Amino acid sequence: MCLGIPAKIITEPNDNGMAEVEIMGVTRWVSLHMVPQAKVGDHVLVHAGFALEVISDEFAAETLELFRQMGMPGTENLEPMEVDFGATA
Amino acid sequence: MTGDLFADFRDPAHARRLSAAITDVAREPITLMEVCGTHTMAIAKNGIRGLMPDTVKLLSGPGCPVCVTANADIDTAIEISRQPGVILTTFGDMMKVPGSYSSLAREKADGRDVRVVYSPLDSLALAEKEPDRHVVFLGVGFETTAPTIAITIREARRRSVTNWSVLSLHKTVPGALEALVNDPQVAISGFILPGHVSTVIGSGPYEFLAEQYHVPGVITGFEPLDVLQGIWMLASQLAEGRAEIEIAYTRAVMPQGNRVAIAAIEQVFTPIDAEWRGIGVIPGTGLAIREEFAYFDTRVRVPVTPPEPREIRGCQCGDVLRGAVLPYECRLFGRACTPEHPIGPCMVSSEGSCAAYYRYTDHGKV
Ligand code: SF4
Repeated sequence: MCLGIPAKIITEPNDNGMAEVEIMGVTRWVSLHMVPQAKVGDHVLVHAGFALEVISDEFAAETLELFRQMGMPGTENLEPMEVDFGATA
Repeated sequence: MTGDLFADFRDPAHARRLSAAITDVAREPITLMEVCGTHTMAIAKNGIRGLMPDTVKLLSGPGCPVCVTANADIDTAIEISRQPGVILTTFGDMMKVPGSYSSLAREKADGRDVRVVYSPLDSLALAEKEPDRHVVFLGVGFETTAPTIAITIREARRRSVTNWSVLSLHKTVPGALEALVNDPQVAISGFILPGHVSTVIGSGPYEFLAEQYHVPGVITGFEPLDVLQGIWMLASQLAEGRAEIEIAYTRAVMPQGNRVAIAAIEQVFTPIDAEWRGIGVIPGTGLAIREEFAYFDTRVRVPVTPPEPREIRGCQCGDVLRGAVLPYECRLFGRACTPEHPIGPCMVSSEGSCAAYYRYTDHGKV
């Protein structure tokens, strides 16, 4: 359950520190609180709705594919979030 | 030198070269333990035990946060779900885990309001939508998860949410490793250290293993070749008589970890003693919510007294978590206890050792 999944940041963070990211073709909101240096276009490791760290692009691509093949825990939770955090900003 | 060897993280030719390299350095018998549920799965799924020479024994340790949660703590969560006006939110992996008398899944079937969320922030948003209910978040996980909860607690305060709290059952990894190296029943030569826990805490908190106990550790990623590389680095250290904490997973781990995350954990939580299934109480390995944030502490907001805990009969999950017993050595494994009808938490969680052995190998006998 400690798995981080690579995602690409696609928007600037809103007032709540949340930004949209893309994970395996799904868009969702994640918190950028732990990665203040992250920019749009960066890849981050996402765990429980938070970006844990900025990572390299190649690493993101190869890891995602592997996790998908392995059906790793964490990847089954990739449906869109129930609550749209952007709207509460 | 290792750079070009690992140019491609999945090439079977590299895997063969690495396993030959491991055979080459591991002349003396060694026992390595992995302490991360994702490693447990990666090792089982990729048949890595089958690639090891006879001299290398791979054990799975207490790497599944769901599995190490004590019955008494699960009972407390269940008791909280029974309180009027409460909505209990949890990560999905906790639902089916048996406590002494029930599980959250069973409580939900009985009509309690128990909901699965993906992120603690979803739980907080639910509290904002349901002002007349008290929303509890069941905080289970290691250092990867702890900062996400810490930041959500800060968010709750910033947004003045008054009907949300956290039952913190978090645990921290390094202290558990110390308990394991002191366990006379399992002689561990070296640790395959968790990738994403270490993304948060860095390599520093493990240094005592090398310095005080002369036990090496390598922080390892999750690709098959990552794991093989970690094993090779450990075998090399042991062959050369070295004990160091090395990072093989430089793609996602820096020695200093993530300072923002560490600061968030330290601001919101304070270490307490925690009970680990199978290991017992380990000093300083739990995270309690600090007095300053007591308003968001479920133990303060929704105090309960669960019934006396009891152990699950015949289940050896606790011994499995210490590496003292292998899953298939449990009499119930694959008979009374399967992923469809799990008896203990090690079979419930997909990251549990029993589930990984059952799913990915011929009953683990590799
Ligand atoms: S196989 Fe089932 S009963 Fe046996 S230790 Fe594992 S979880 Fe417990």
